[in-house]
Amino acid sequence: MRSPRKANGNSANSHAEGAATSALLRLGRYLTRTEGSADLHSVHLTGGREGDAFYRDRWSHDKVVPSTHGVNCTGSCRWNVYVSDGIITWESQDPDYPSVGPDKPEYEPRGCPRGASFSWYSYSPTRVRFPYARGVLVEMYREALRQHGDPVVAWASVMDDPMKRLSYQRARGKGGLVRVSWDEAAEIAAAAHVHAISRYGPDRVAGFSPIPAMSMVSHAIGSRFMALIGAPMLSFYDWYADLPVASPQVFGDQTDVPESADWWDAAYLMMWGSNVPVTRTPDAHWMAEARYRGQKVVVVSPDYADNTKFADEWLAPHPGTDAALAMAMGHVILTEFFAERQVPFFTDYVRRFTDLPFLVTLTERDGAYVPSKFLTAADLGDTEAAEPAWKTVLVDERTGEPVVPNGSVGFRWNEHDQGRWNLDLGDVVPRLSLLDDPGHRAVEVLLPRFDVDGVLRRGVPAVEAGGRLVTTVLDLLMAQYGVRRGDLPGRWPSGYDDPAEPCTPAWQQEITSVPAERVARIAREFAETAEASRGRCMILMGAGTNHWFHSDTIYRSFLALLTMTGCQGRNGGGWAHYVGQEKVRPLTGHATLAGAMDWVRPARQMIGTAYWYLHTDQWRYDALRNDELTSPLAPGALAGTSAADTLAQSARLGWMPSFPTFDRNPLDLVDEAEEAGIDPAHHVTAKLREGTLGFAAEDPDEPRNWPRVLTVWRSNLLGSSAKGHEYFLRHLLGTDANLRGEEAPPEARPRSVKWQDTAPVGKLDLLLAIDYRMTSTTLFADLVLPAATWYEKHDLSSTDMHPFIHSFNAAVDPPWQTRTDFEAFHTIAKRFSELSERHLGVRKDLVATPMTHDTPGETAQPGGVVRDWRDGDVEPIPGVTMPRLTVVERDYPAVAAKLATLGPLLEKLGATSKGITYDVGEELNWLRAKNGVATTGAAQGHALIDTDIKAADAVLALSGTTNGRLATQGFRELERRVGTELAHLSAEHEGKRISFADTRSRPAPVITSPEWSGSESGGRRYSAFVINVEHGKPWHTLTGRQHFFLDHDWMHELGEALPVYRPPLGAHHLSGEPGNGAEVTVRYLTPHSKWSIHSTYQDNLHMLTLSRGGQGIWMSPSDAEAIGAKDNDWIEAVNRNGVVVARAIVSHRMPAGTVFLYHAQDRAVNVPRSETTGKRGGTHNSLTRLLVKPTHLIGGYAQLSFGFNYLGPTGNQRDEVTVIRRRSQEVRY
Amino acid sequence: MRVLAQLAMVMNLDKCIGCHTCSVTCKQAWTNRAGTEYAWFNNVETRPGQGYPRRYEDQERWKGGWERTSKGRLRLRAGGRLSKLGKLFANPDLPEISDYYEPWTYDYTTLIEAPLGDDVPTAAPRSAITGEPTQPTWGPNWDDDLGGSTEHGVKDPIAEKLREELGIRIKFEFEQSFMFYLPRICEHCLNPSCVASCPSGAMYKREEDGIVLVDQDQCRGWRMCVTGCPYKKVYFNHKTGKAEKCTFCYPRVEAGQPTVCSETCVGRLRYIGVLLYDADKVTEAASVADEHDLYPAQLDLLLDPRDPAVIRAAEAAGVPHDWLTAARRSPVYRLIHDYRLALPLHPEYRTMPMVWYIPPLSPVVDAVSGSGHDGEHRDNLFGAIDALRIPVEYLAELFTAGDTAPVRRSLRRLAAMRSYMRAVNLGQETDEDIPASVGVTGEQIFAMHRLLALAKYDERYVIPTAGVGQAHDLEAIATRCSLDVDGGPGMGGGESTVDLVSWADGGRPDALFPTLRGQDR
Repeated sequence: MRSPRKANGNSANSHAEGAATSALLRLGRYLTRTEGSADLHSVHLTGGREGDAFYRDRWSHDKVVPSTHGVNCTGSCRWNVYVSDGIITWESQDPDYPSVGPDKPEYEPRGCPRGASFSWYSYSPTRVRFPYARGVLVEMYREALRQHGDPVVAWASVMDDPMKRLSYQRARGKGGLVRVSWDEAAEIAAAAHVHAISRYGPDRVAGFSPIPAMSMVSHAIGSRFMALIGAPMLSFYDWYADLPVASPQVFGDQTDVPESADWWDAAYLMMWGSNVPVTRTPDAHWMAEARYRGQKVVVVSPDYADNTKFADEWLAPHPGTDAALAMAMGHVILTEFFAERQVPFFTDYVRRFTDLPFLVTLTERDGAYVPSKFLTAADLGDTEAAEPAWKTVLVDERTGEPVVPNGSVGFRWNEHDQGRWNLDLGDVVPRLSLLDDPGHRAVEVLLPRFDVDGVLRRGVPAVEAGGRLVTTVLDLLMAQYGVRRGDLPGRWPSGYDDPAEPCTPAWQQEITSVPAERVARIAREFAETAEASRGRCMILMGAGTNHWFHSDTIYRSFLALLTMTGCQGRNGGGWAHYVGQEKVRPLTGHATLAGAMDWVRPARQMIGTAYWYLHTDQWRYDALRNDELTSPLAPGALAGTSAADTLAQSARLGWMPSFPTFDRNPLDLVDEAEEAGIDPAHHVTAKLREGTLGFAAEDPDEPRNWPRVLTVWRSNLLGSSAKGHEYFLRHLLGTDANLRGEEAPPEARPRSVKWQDTAPVGKLDLLLAIDYRMTSTTLFADLVLPAATWYEKHDLSSTDMHPFIHSFNAAVDPPWQTRTDFEAFHTIAKRFSELSERHLGVRKDLVATPMTHDTPGETAQPGGVVRDWRDGDVEPIPGVTMPRLTVVERDYPAVAAKLATLGPLLEKLGATSKGITYDVGEELNWLRAKNGVATTGAAQGHALIDTDIKAADAVLALSGTTNGRLATQGFRELERRVGTELAHLSAEHEGKRISFADTRSRPAPVITSPEWSGSESGGRRYSAFVINVEHGKPWHTLTGRQHFFLDHDWMHELGEALPVYRPPLGAHHLSGEPGNGAEVTVRYLTPHSKWSIHSTYQDNLHMLTLSRGGQGIWMSPSDAEAIGAKDNDWIEAVNRNGVVVARAIVSHRMPAGTVFLYHAQDRAVNVPRSETTGKRGGTHNSLTRLLVKPTHLIGGYAQLSFGFNYLGPTGNQRDEVTVIRRRSQEVRY
Repeated sequence: MRVLAQLAMVMNLDKCIGCHTCSVTCKQAWTNRAGTEYAWFNNVETRPGQGYPRRYEDQERWKGGWERTSKGRLRLRAGGRLSKLGKLFANPDLPEISDYYEPWTYDYTTLIEAPLGDDVPTAAPRSAITGEPTQPTWGPNWDDDLGGSTEHGVKDPIAEKLREELGIRIKFEFEQSFMFYLPRICEHCLNPSCVASCPSGAMYKREEDGIVLVDQDQCRGWRMCVTGCPYKKVYFNHKTGKAEKCTFCYPRVEAGQPTVCSETCVGRLRYIGVLLYDADKVTEAASVADEHDLYPAQLDLLLDPRDPAVIRAAEAAGVPHDWLTAARRSPVYRLIHDYRLALPLHPEYRTMPMVWYIPPLSPVVDAVSGSGHDGEHRDNLFGAIDALRIPVEYLAELFTAGDTAPVRRSLRRLAAMRSYMRAVNLGQETDEDIPASVGVTGEQIFAMHRLLALAKYDERYVIPTAGVGQAHDLEAIATRCSLDVDGGPGMGGGESTVDLVSWADGGRPDALFPTLRGQDR
């Protein structure tokens, strides 16, 4: 009999003391075994259930709590968290998801190794358990407080002493953190905020916290605090370079993509720069499984990436040349499916859903023509109609006459055209090509090329309309892709095998190295499958192709393939952009809370890339002139400018936001105006005109214009996303950096931005970080507040990879002195409000905001023509030719009370998203009843959102996706504009409301809502633009259709009016870096890691064990051989921006000439000092630097208008090269 | 015929994305404690690669598993009884920690506690065993994704064997790149050499479900099991001095739940089900002369759960009704037996492993379509299998002792499924020649598709609970308060020694856990 009580917990010692004896005893047993018992059933035992109580005990637990991970990842996976003896022990996936249907695989079990290792953090030695402050700073502050007695005065006295500032700023990132109490930490934070607002203005404070979808309440609470005090929130999607700028350009949409279950519906799947098993781990099974129903899989990747294992075909173009490959595929499809034969499925689609039939004017140039602008109703002399300059024109094939079809943006915002903002063509048959017009004449157009110097000269058919020579977008497209038709003049490719003329398969082979024949075959297969499956071809695209300087052109070349084959707006078809595309499904509710839209509008929202580019002084090192980017056919608007010039211009024209905005405190500006009895907006406009008021962006290094207080939460800004990391350290923080670059020479400096002789070092007064672990950000922060983890709080999670909302739940309460983000901000806000009583009081603030997408403001600047008031082209008119100016009240002592309640503006103005306003009166009643109301103070009578669960319920109640009443109401509103029936899409759920409790018990499927473009109605899988294609609702673009052609002045400047191939930048550096001895210059890429989600998990012991324990640079055997490095040797990567010390990982899966340093391994773990500088080696971003593309700054023009995280310059980082050396193998830490 | 039931696993390598979630959830649940830092009951290997511990498949070196004597009998490769006895205190065939890897950690506290200095704090690595500064030079997954391939991948024992014995050279070059992942747990063999190696009799195979366990009380830390296991899936806990290994998560499977590694597998590639086999024939099957016959011999051991004779014999042997029902619904049996898709791992070790694998198909068509042919066409698809990036011979060395025919059959059936289902997908007429050409029917293709592609949770895992078949044991309980059974906690005082407040040492009251099958303990 086996004893039931024989756990081995106490047996270690007995073994040790009795080993020898025991051995002898056991020997007897060994010897008496039956001889010849090779058949081991003699050792079959029964009763094993108690044989190993140890494991049974280990499996026991007190409770299991569902939660998820708030990391910047699109997983939104549901996990069970196990608690034993009050301690979090481990986690495993909860497989209980609502079914996708009987004929499809299911979502269970979602997760990945990173998420599986999360509980390690709970009690790990890197856990931040208490509040910490920089010792040098806190000592000076305490001394000053003793002296002055008032926290704000004390803080100011330290800030005003240059030596004191220097001493703590130089100490940043060098250890020396000391424990402080929550009270003291909150007081310092509050004092710093009050001081900065009072002295410099609220727009000198900022908050950074990305990816609300992955813990909406934790994000919203801090963002709401910032909005209430008037501080800008910094964008992240564009800053991360995850925003595919092509999406606003082509679709007028931030990003909308299919859920992963819809991959199953695809008949043809291309993965292009998206390594699904690594970056979409929980979704990858759909890719594997869909093959079993005959889906063909093509992988395009420069290395043998993990997903290549699943590919039927693997194309390996040189990094960054993907657009050449896609343009060649487009050439084949246009040749074989549009020119040689017509496919009704394709032509019908592009007629109805794209701008291909629309007319474009041609302007004479050098004996030929260049494409110019869309022809509009205004050009036709239509003076009757509303907004004729915003109504585009096509030719009706039946009559040959130009007509103005419904659906362009000119029909969207005016009352007169209610019910006509739709894609209903009536009897009109749009003419795709003017070749079909017997009266056409053939003219030559000039088109830019960037692969080599030169200009293309190709013929298009043209006719006169409205007194102008016009052609169609399709005709231009055929010319651009080099598809010859009839006897059109110009120089054309002689065939697919012509390597000299864009865009043939042979031409791309020269650029990408991919065999021409394979490209032609795959393009043909793709289009044939699209035809046979009616649009079920899908391209998954990701960071590999989206993180380049010219990614918008790369993506447009992909989108063209999908759009010309009728694949967008289909289940199983279309683009699937998978990098950083988090989806806050309860959009309206989150945006309302995060922007404090219930209390004050508008909120300050800033484009992150521009903010960091200016305030970390990367602009001073940027010698790239826009002339190097412009088209050989550029009219010259950008000639001689630099990126900083274009930023300044974009700010003053009201295109993009710019914070800090003016070179004065906006609170003071209002005081000044009111004192003088002038309307503040008039006051500011007048001062701008006379030049006595400037924009901060025109003099970013002037101390008045520095950012002063920055709060980072739910983020490791410095160790993860900070492109130009070393510039951050030197200029923003004022501490040591491995920066090796030189400032731009005088001739390459901006013209309109003031150059201070000395670059400032140390701009920030305070860097405040809230985190649960130690990162590069907390190491450099002045205050570190200990955060609760995702297993210690309540919150909401959603993603676009699956259609569910689910919740974070506290398995245990926050341990030690940790607090949830929600509680941390309430703590700070309370102290801030107290200190404000004396130092701020109630003030008025002048908020300057750009013209915004999905508002009438997007039709402010017709024609996409640049008219600069500073140049005297136009008058400065707020909201038309310059930013909108709004005066708002800031009741600073009431900030804490407002933070915890839903304010009165919701009742008055409703809640708005994407141009639709919802009446939320019923929801507010429900929230008052459920959450209770504030009984005293500034927010008396308002519904409480003073706990994380109450705030979560408010988010859910105020959104269509989670509240069927609002979804249906929104569709009814949309019906009035569009004129077709839509409300049936959500009517099935009109009475359904998802509460927080519902999300806890099981992931809750969302409701189809006008907040998004796809449909889940009837249980179908979500795919983007289904509502547009199936119900004729326009895209939010100029024409209301998907755009191939973009006619803004700056698009022409850059030569990107049409899809085009642009080579990656920096190729010239490949031989340009100086060096000696054994070193190699290589292309430097930072793809997403298998062992971390950005920098989270990279420090996790499990992930470090399964990888190689620290930073590693993957390189090809030939590159390793060139520098004499073997696998696991220490190497250094060096360029002008900084230094990285890492181990070499040598593998034949890497192509020669390219190395990978996986993204965000951070320097907090196992990074020695570098040989090059003697200082600690850097992060992956120590080798990168920001470059701003002018076309990303366009605004005020239909879909090319600002929206937060919708449009803005990307913080791209792929176009970089570095030198690699083998270093001494002795390392010092 | 002596019918026994066993829980077995099949992993579909064609779906494995190499994410290692299984490894981490297993590690977190079972081995994230002192003494087992280096032990991964579940690990995932990139192939070609050396595996973990490195080159464990080199039995010339490690002497794992069985060998067949000239007389046709089996003996442990590590040596006969006397030779083992001589080596009790110095086993030369034991992997050293460096063959696994020396576990490490970091000076994490530096990050918070570093005093003001001249540079950014960083957590430097330290040995988890000695606490001294160290540098990682090898890990449990060092060659992940072909890392270090030109130095390490070439030492893959299978690649070596192909090179030396068959003249097949695997190219470690960019254009010829291929890889696949091999997740591994204990094989819970029918003929376990670890059990046979144990001088203490501490290892045993549970009769009711075939799970192989180490009795933590009986184990005396000889480590002969570590040598004996050719898969190197028994680990030595250097703190307790005991052997530990994958338990097939018996506390979970007894309750009808899948193992942790299975349930958390995001590739949805693991299947667990019941297999019935004839225990009397195991030795015979493991002793066949030709290594190529080992796979068919093991297949023959498996009994058809639908066969009335088998059912009668099983019932007579005490296999409960719900286990027999589960055996008939077993996904594992279908994948192994009905569809012949799954194959055993290294049958040549003669341990009769019970974790089987569907070989990886992809990528298949690029070799063919590269020459201008339509890669999707069925004929080309089948032809392509011999032109796979992953050489069929490599897979055969893993799964069939080098016999390529069963591997080819499995791959052809997978390819046929894709080809056949493509027509269904596109709404075209299906070509019934396709299933016929690989020896299955169209219905079977649909059934395979359902199991492999749809792979619903309750079809992947068909796991009978442990105690339910023994209702007669519970009769007494059912008629009274369930706590009042003899010795139960509800009896209060009396002869019960149960302390309800604190059960000592992980023990549990006997009466709460009646034995299986009513046998004496």
